[in-house]
Amino acid sequence: MPAVTVSPVPARRFSPNPLVAFYQSSIGKKWVVALTGIVLIVYVLGHLAGNLQIYLGQDRINNYAEFLHNLGPLLWLIRLFLLACFVIHIVATIQLTIQNRQAKPQKYAVPGYQASTPASRTMIVSGLIVLCFVIYHLLQFTLELTHPGYRHLHDSLGRHDVYHMMIIAFRHLFISLFYVLGLFLLCTHLSHGFASVTQTLGINNRKIARVISAGGVTLAWLVFLGYVSIPLTILLGLVR
Amino acid sequence: MNFKLKVWRQKGPNVAGQFVDYEARDIPADASFLEMLDIVNEGLIKRNEDQIAFDSDCREGICGMCSLVINGIAHGPGKAKTSCQLYMRRFKDGDTIWVEPFRAITFPVVRDLCTNRSALDRMIEAGGYITARTGSAPEANSIPIGKVVADLAMEAAACIGCGACVAACPNSSAMLFVSAKVSHLGLLPQGQPERTSRVVSMVRKMDELGFGNCTNHYECEAVCPSEISASFISRLNRDYARAATRQAAVLV
Ligand code: FES
Repeated sequence: MPAVTVSPVPARRFSPNPLVAFYQSSIGKKWVVALTGIVLIVYVLGHLAGNLQIYLGQDRINNYAEFLHNLGPLLWLIRLFLLACFVIHIVATIQLTIQNRQAKPQKYAVPGYQASTPASRTMIVSGLIVLCFVIYHLLQFTLELTHPGYRHLHDSLGRHDVYHMMIIAFRHLFISLFYVLGLFLLCTHLSHGFASVTQTLGINNRKIARVISAGGVTLAWLVFLGYVSIPLTILLGLVR
Repeated sequence: MNFKLKVWRQKGPNVAGQFVDYEARDIPADASFLEMLDIVNEGLIKRNEDQIAFDSDCREGICGMCSLVINGIAHGPGKAKTSCQLYMRRFKDGDTIWVEPFRAITFPVVRDLCTNRSALDRMIEAGGYITARTGSAPEANSIPIGKVVADLAMEAAACIGCGACVAACPNSSAMLFVSAKVSHLGLLPQGQPERTSRVVSMVRKMDELGFGNCTNHYECEAVCPSEISASFISRLNRDYARAATRQAAVLV
């Protein structure tokens, strides 16, 4: 009987340069995903803190927006850094996902999942839909291409009136619904992402594993509530 | 007890397989899953049909040879046991049971439910060993090892190398297996000389063979007969980064 050989899989090669080789390895890519993930998580939290200032009134949030804009070149440096992390995070996860699908060409006839969650199994899907959401979100609020009218909003001090921009935008039911959907997927993604970061960076251990994963899920849904409260209160007419 | 079985039949590594229905009749409740398959096979032999091929050796849960996916769960329902330690009393009379081989590109089917898991051996060859002085046995107490470390190393060493972690992982990742081996040797003083090269070589071999990448589903931990904790994967991730940094510091 001929010897049974291991099925051929696309060969994975390693560069002699240790840094490149690190990225080429499974664990190296995971580190890159986790580290860029941390940057993006910090950004999501910071962005939330900025948005929530809408509850402190028009002056505070417009002032904050003005402050960001006045950062000038520094703002662009931060934006470029965020963009780089975003792109690297996506490229690495797509590469990992392709390898993962190749590794399991045939699934089981009846799924018998014991420990994974719908969130953990749909990271690539939630991630890619969030990518689409982010692109639209930037076109709408940052570049103001979909809604050029936002550019002409100014308050009495001549600052860009972010306060009224948010109110005008979220009064549209469909914009709010799309926003809530985007945030729902983002926070599903984060509910697995938070704890995953600690595991991948080797910080996790059995003593804290339960706390970390429960904490990650709680934090993700708090972030969801924080973001979604804004279109909700605007639609209900509580913020006007 | 009686059961309806849907068993994966496949004549060889490079031919297509499919599920075939079988009736398992008059099975004692205390029969193990493998003994149930033996009874079905006896019926097939009497009818001059092809037996269902499946792997087993010790049949007492220590060798890691048995390897069935039962109703989508590697080693079947229940915790901390191998397929040979699963008993039919766990099922209800009349149940339909799906039986499949471990599925992963790295575990090609040899026949029916038998898979070639030698990829696990390839990873051990890449670094799952220590350098030891040959000759007379050393004095057992010459290297003191703290109780906590000894216990942790022992826990990792409990891996029987069945490959259920790979089978259960939606990505067919072998990281639980590799993490157990790397931790078992890396925790002990005897494993220190190769600690850096071991983790790099084993992870590379794992990648080269085509195992997937862990995405922290923890399906592996849930089915592991030796209850190896996924926290060893966290340790592996840490150890790998440490080793890569050390190598980079020397080479760059
Ligand atoms: S046959 Fe040895 S563990 Fe099942």
